[in-house]
Amino acid sequence: MDRKFAIKDPLAESRLFLSRIVAAFILILFLIAGLVLRLVYLQVVGHEHYATLSKDNRIKISPLPPTRGVIYDRKGRMLAENVPTYSLELIPEQIENIDDTLARLQKLLDISEEKIDLFQKQRKRNKSFTSTPLLQNLSDEDVAKFAVVRPYFPGVDVYARLVRHYPYGDLASHVVGYVGRINEQEMRTLPLAKYRGTNHIGKTGIEKTYEEHLLGTAGYEEIETNAQARAVNTVATVEPVAGSNIYLTLDIDLQKIAYDALSEYNGAAVAIEIKTGGVLVFASRPGFDPNPFVSGISGKEYKALQDSPDQPLYNRALRGQYPPGSTVKPFLALAGLEYGVTEFNHRLFCPGYYKLPNVDHKYRDWKKWGHGMVDMNDAITQSCDVYFYDLALALGIDKMHAFMDKFSFGRKTGIDLVGEVDGLMPSKEWKKHYRSQAWFPGETLITGIGQGYTQATPLQLAHATATLANYGKVITPHLVHSIISADYADMIGGKADALIPLKTQNVENIIKGMTNVVHGSRGTAGRLAKAITYQIAGKTGTAQVFTIKQEEKYNEDAIDFKMRDHALFIAFAPVHDPQIAVAIIAEHGGHGGSVAAPIAGEIIDAYLNQKKDAQP
Amino acid sequence: MRTEMRNEQFQPPSLLGNLLRKLHIDIPLFIGLLLICATSFVILYSAGGQEVPLLIRHATRMGFAILLMIVLAHINPRRFQTFSVALFTVCVLLLLAVAVMGQISMGAQRWLDLGFFRFQPSEFTKISAPMMVAWYLSERALPPKPKHVLGAATLLIVPVLLIAKQPDLGTSLLVASSGAAVLFFAGLSWWFMLGIVALLASLTPVLWHFMRDYQRNRVLTFMNPEADPMGAGYHIIQSKIAIGSGGINGKGWLGSSQAELDFLPESSTDFIFAVFAEEFGLFGCVGLLVLYLLVISRCFYIAVQAQDTYSRLLAGSLAFTFFVYVFVNIGMVIGVLPVVGVPLPLVSYGGTSMVTLMAGFGILMSIHTHRKLLPV
Repeated sequence: MDRKFAIKDPLAESRLFLSRIVAAFILILFLIAGLVLRLVYLQVVGHEHYATLSKDNRIKISPLPPTRGVIYDRKGRMLAENVPTYSLELIPEQIENIDDTLARLQKLLDISEEKIDLFQKQRKRNKSFTSTPLLQNLSDEDVAKFAVVRPYFPGVDVYARLVRHYPYGDLASHVVGYVGRINEQEMRTLPLAKYRGTNHIGKTGIEKTYEEHLLGTAGYEEIETNAQARAVNTVATVEPVAGSNIYLTLDIDLQKIAYDALSEYNGAAVAIEIKTGGVLVFASRPGFDPNPFVSGISGKEYKALQDSPDQPLYNRALRGQYPPGSTVKPFLALAGLEYGVTEFNHRLFCPGYYKLPNVDHKYRDWKKWGHGMVDMNDAITQSCDVYFYDLALALGIDKMHAFMDKFSFGRKTGIDLVGEVDGLMPSKEWKKHYRSQAWFPGETLITGIGQGYTQATPLQLAHATATLANYGKVITPHLVHSIISADYADMIGGKADALIPLKTQNVENIIKGMTNVVHGSRGTAGRLAKAITYQIAGKTGTAQVFTIKQEEKYNEDAIDFKMRDHALFIAFAPVHDPQIAVAIIAEHGGHGGSVAAPIAGEIIDAYLNQKKDAQP
Repeated sequence: MRTEMRNEQFQPPSLLGNLLRKLHIDIPLFIGLLLICATSFVILYSAGGQEVPLLIRHATRMGFAILLMIVLAHINPRRFQTFSVALFTVCVLLLLAVAVMGQISMGAQRWLDLGFFRFQPSEFTKISAPMMVAWYLSERALPPKPKHVLGAATLLIVPVLLIAKQPDLGTSLLVASSGAAVLFFAGLSWWFMLGIVALLASLTPVLWHFMRDYQRNRVLTFMNPEADPMGAGYHIIQSKIAIGSGGINGKGWLGSSQAELDFLPESSTDFIFAVFAEEFGLFGCVGLLVLYLLVISRCFYIAVQAQDTYSRLLAGSLAFTFFVYVFVNIGMVIGVLPVVGVPLPLVSYGGTSMVTLMAGFGILMSIHTHRKLLPV
């Protein structure tokens, strides 16, 4: 049965084995001969070369860090540049007594204990032959002072280094982000070969998102050094390759207008170029000065930023999650039309409150005495809550969720900036999963006016507005216009990523309502219509920060500023050829129409005027 | 029974010779190994900064390793054959245990801590894997049929992948090559080997396509350490300076400036050959290579003299793997092979690899000194 034993032939096997041993032996002889040849090459042919390197001259490998790519705005203005500065650096292995050297340097120059600590920490991470910075941004005077005593400080030297600088400071701090020293955690995960000689890495914003492109490729030098370990000759050089330059879609002029317009309010403004998805404005106020982070921000300064009640480090445009309030109404109205649960002409009487059948609770309208008889157009224009309570009930929460999801409510828009958050568009499933509770009909009502669980970021609102103005064509918003390096240019954006199937008539009706918000006689943002020659479609919103009890009167003056409602406004313009979509949030601004809408107006006006000027 | 060992060359009936024979020690192989070990002490004294405690630790390990060799030389090769499967299974289970423990501690793990004793199961696999493949093939007609080659490859792939995942690429390659050597000695057809090489070559671009960027970077640095002159490339550049500056005659014992000045990292472990080359020059290097070649030749002789398929295959594989060790280490130090963590056998400081190597030589001696005692 088992043939494997049947054909076993010991004699043949041993002959085969012998031939294999001979073959292996010949292979081994060849390989050993190869090793010997290589040794001859190194020890006989190259002997003189290597002997000189080894004898009194030592060879050092010194990394050449690449120049980091520059970040420009859409018109070529530098948002992040590299500025040459003098830096005092130590090469630990060339210093006999580091503590003594540091003490003597401290006597000579103004070096804080904190800088010494930072240096010591970084020294431990670096190889002992790596030049490690102690002091950056040296003044000419300090450089001169050190130059005199330099011979007494072997292993210490002043180098001209390129340091990152952000000329616009707090204006675009959240978008551009900043670079900082590589920390221990990053040290462990980074491809170290790429970061040789580089002490900085993008920590936030575009600097972090596009780190790979901005970084470039490190080069190195083989240097001969003399007995005092000073470089005497460069043996070989591999030049570093600079990082790619990045052009943003951001317009720093518009950014400044938005930032200034927010003035005393904390908040955010986002503007998107509708046809391309390019982000024109991405302002979050208050900002912070990113420059101290580059050379290492002091603990005190950092704590002050972190503990500030205004949270300047917080990117509100990207990560701020606010109840969107009435700004969701145009989208929900469109949902009602698309699902066929209502019609644009559908009329309803608004008595100032809404009641669910068999429930006593009164869901109030913001207008205590009611809007009277309203159709959908009036409901959008005047922001009638009761109309939308009724619509929400007709739609049901799951349809609302499904429709809003298409406009990126409750999920990331996919912008090319790290740290985006989801926001929240609730559904029955969500509540069951995260709250382990059933969904109540009352919650459907308040979701209908953008309250309750609903949360959206300013970016999501601007993106949804742009999508609406595009008649359902979804273009993922992006901040980077192009990445340009020595060998390629990469243009980004402009293509539609998805299409929400919408009936043109329905969208036109909604836009009509939104246009009346600004241009109608009873629109909530009516003051915006003055002094413009084009039409804006918009929607105001007011996000409740705290809940007023039943029958209690909301008195704006009497309540604390921090308790006042957030003012929101979304808009796009011009209505007949949409170019720009905007979302504004002014924290504790009170009314969307009076506070947020003018900010949007300024941005839109500046943008459209720019375009007009650009065309001959 | 002892009279049957007559086909051994004539030995003067000295007291020592008698003792060694009783210990089942193969004298030529033993002398070769002792010479290499002596070289190891000489060079380690210089490379390790002339530290005596280091040498004492080295000697302790070496003593233990030689003891293990003698113990294994006493065991009848039949026993090894019978225990091959069990030993291999235990090794794979231990490797799995290490992998699981590594998962739990969220980090790379090679060691298994038994409280009083820590060891690397991957080391033992270097012996148990060729034993297993030798057992598997010796039960079958040779040259092996394709399905048996496939069977052997399947057996091998499990420990090789487990070790590669630790990650310990050097050991993983050694285990793979020890198993492949068994297949080669069993008479794997040349066409088959050519086919495998062609297949691997054609698969490379496919694999490359599926790799992520950071993985590609790693491979590139691995293939070309000079691209990373501050990391792995630094070793190579400094080691080339050390070797080249040694010249034909070398700088003499304790004359290595590269090691003394700490330019040469890992000078007493993986890069010890660079120190040796600097101090003893080309003559010394060729001498050491000849010494290695003599040991390998004796092992091959033992393999040829072996009387059953299992012993033959195992002996051939152990001898060849020893060569792979030498070749990979020296090739890496002189800058013709990528840097993988493989020590110079019996010379580098470090215990585990020495114990495994000596265990291998113990098995070889057992195979040789038990001949004719087996029923043919």
